[in-house]
Amino acid sequence: MEFSTLRKNLKKDFSGSPSVKIAILGDTPTQLLNQALKGYGYEFGINFEIYEADYDQVDMQIMDASSELYEFKPEYVLVFQATQKIASKFYKKSPEAKRGYAAGYIDYVSQMVQVIGDNHPCKIIWCNLAEINDTIYGNYSNKTALSLLYQLRKINLGLMDLAASTKSLFINDIASLYNAAGVEKAFSPATYTNTGIVFDINFWPSVAKSFIDIIESIRGKFKKAVVLDLDNTLWGGIIGDDGLENIQIGELGIGRAFTELQTWLKQLKERGIILAVCSKNYEHIAMEPFQKHPDMVLRPDDIAVFVANWENKVDNIRHIQSILNIGFDSMVYLDDNPFERNMVRQEIQALTIPELPEDPAEYLLYLRTLNLFETATVTEEDSARTQQYQEEAKRATLQKAYANEEEFLESLEMVCTVKPFDKFNTPRVAQLSQRSNQFNLRTIRYTEQDIDRIGKDPAYTTLTFSLEDKFGDYGLISVIILKNESDHVFVDTWFMSCRVLKRGMENFVLNTIAAQAKSMGATKIKGEYIPTPKNELVKDHYAGLGFSETDAGWELDLHNFNDHKVFIKTN
Amino acid sequence: MERNDILNELTQIWRRELDDDNVTLQPETTAKDVDGWDSLTNIQLIVATEKKFKVRFGASEIMNFQNVGDLADAVKSKLS
Repeated sequence: MEFSTLRKNLKKDFSGSPSVKIAILGDTPTQLLNQALKGYGYEFGINFEIYEADYDQVDMQIMDASSELYEFKPEYVLVFQATQKIASKFYKKSPEAKRGYAAGYIDYVSQMVQVIGDNHPCKIIWCNLAEINDTIYGNYSNKTALSLLYQLRKINLGLMDLAASTKSLFINDIASLYNAAGVEKAFSPATYTNTGIVFDINFWPSVAKSFIDIIESIRGKFKKAVVLDLDNTLWGGIIGDDGLENIQIGELGIGRAFTELQTWLKQLKERGIILAVCSKNYEHIAMEPFQKHPDMVLRPDDIAVFVANWENKVDNIRHIQSILNIGFDSMVYLDDNPFERNMVRQEIQALTIPELPEDPAEYLLYLRTLNLFETATVTEEDSARTQQYQEEAKRATLQKAYANEEEFLESLEMVCTVKPFDKFNTPRVAQLSQRSNQFNLRTIRYTEQDIDRIGKDPAYTTLTFSLEDKFGDYGLISVIILKNESDHVFVDTWFMSCRVLKRGMENFVLNTIAAQAKSMGATKIKGEYIPTPKNELVKDHYAGLGFSETDAGWELDLHNFNDHKVFIKTN
Repeated sequence: MERNDILNELTQIWRRELDDDNVTLQPETTAKDVDGWDSLTNIQLIVATEKKFKVRFGASEIMNFQNVGDLADAVKSKLS
């Protein structure tokens, strides 16, 4: 975006947007970054509250425990240091010191990160450095540790290693942005000479967006899935008309463009991004290239949900979303056809729909510039996700085949394992306690230490539920903490993964609680619903299970309680 | 292009970039006379001027502009 567009946003109304506190520290003037961040915040629906230190106060603000920086209590500290400043320090060093410059800089960053963390726990986003060859050594720069370029690159690699081992540290990759824009666009000699501002005015928006991408992913807003059209998106040509031999992929026609796009998508899938297909086609025809074409990179196993039919795309995308059970705002839809894109965009505004260039040769370059797949963490579980969703898709297909719900649930052959908290399930219980938002009655967050303590405390009864069915294993999906009172049990915690909604799991859990309560001599179960912005789903949870409302919350009399009907066996 | 036409164009640029339709530039107008025209927005205004007239100003040229008239003259001489 152009800077002047972002600056106009400064006058807009931010009152409806959540606020995020950020501090900017820079060794050169950062006012344009400040304005670009604030203005870009409007595009992302964030009201940035910004503290901007006077320039060249990085060390002072960090080292002084009573500085304005810490007084401001930012959630994110953004540190920008310019290659020009680093270079001027580097040039003053002796040859000996030049060789060790990068190592010294990394020690310095490491120390700064440590001090910030000690004074005020927050996330730190440090900028790496534009890799400028001062041509003092020409290409020989690459052959000697005495060159600026050598030390800049070593710093950038050192920052990567430091960030990899430091949870609170993230890197804004200025070097990549600078390369992508090119020095002509990124740097204005006149602006630099007259003001000391090291980037062109219209490069700051890219720097700001990159900061925001990182912040958004840390705040939990990131893409989880890509829905793909097929003809002229994943391959050139129309499979239904051209046939298997004539679609362009691999060596044929402009096949290389599609091969590279597919390779990129496959890498995303291996990182944990879900791929789904949505195509106007007969399923067996649409599936054929995935199964039989020798040059296809994507294979049936790579696609979590495959939908090919003649119904409209909006309905099909909604169907895919319901199977994946993730928000539209975490999904990307790729389609070469502007008409289809517009239709889908009108119906599902939250979906991200890139305006693919007309020429397929430009698809990949364009998609990379959007940086859609920013992430704040990568776990081993991520890469197993496609299989989970494929299982879910099979369940959904099966459900369509059954006219009634009960027969469907019975056919799933569900088996549940019930266990109290133990040292094996404690990490997972704590993780779910931190993450569960929608199906969570009181949303009391417990850490691993809390869970460990509660599990050992005789005042509490704890239950975990792990579910599997004939298609696969859901793992641990629901947790109960009961506070044992004299004549009743109080449901301190009841949460459940939304992946197992509509399986009758709530009934199974209630039956289990009731049996447990009775065995301890309790006559009542008491519960409470504490509303949050995200748990409306369970507003009527207790009413639906037959509890009566009282002044203090909800209660169920166990004298008249009969087990609810379930289709889940106990392991 | 005549100096007056350039001044009119500059007024349009200033209005757009500063988001303020009350701005009217005279040859003797300086940053002091216009709300919101400061050292930061000055960068924006110069860049927008360069883009509009497809010209490029040098660092010292920009430094030495005393008022809008100087800027208009610089544009005029680059266009002719």
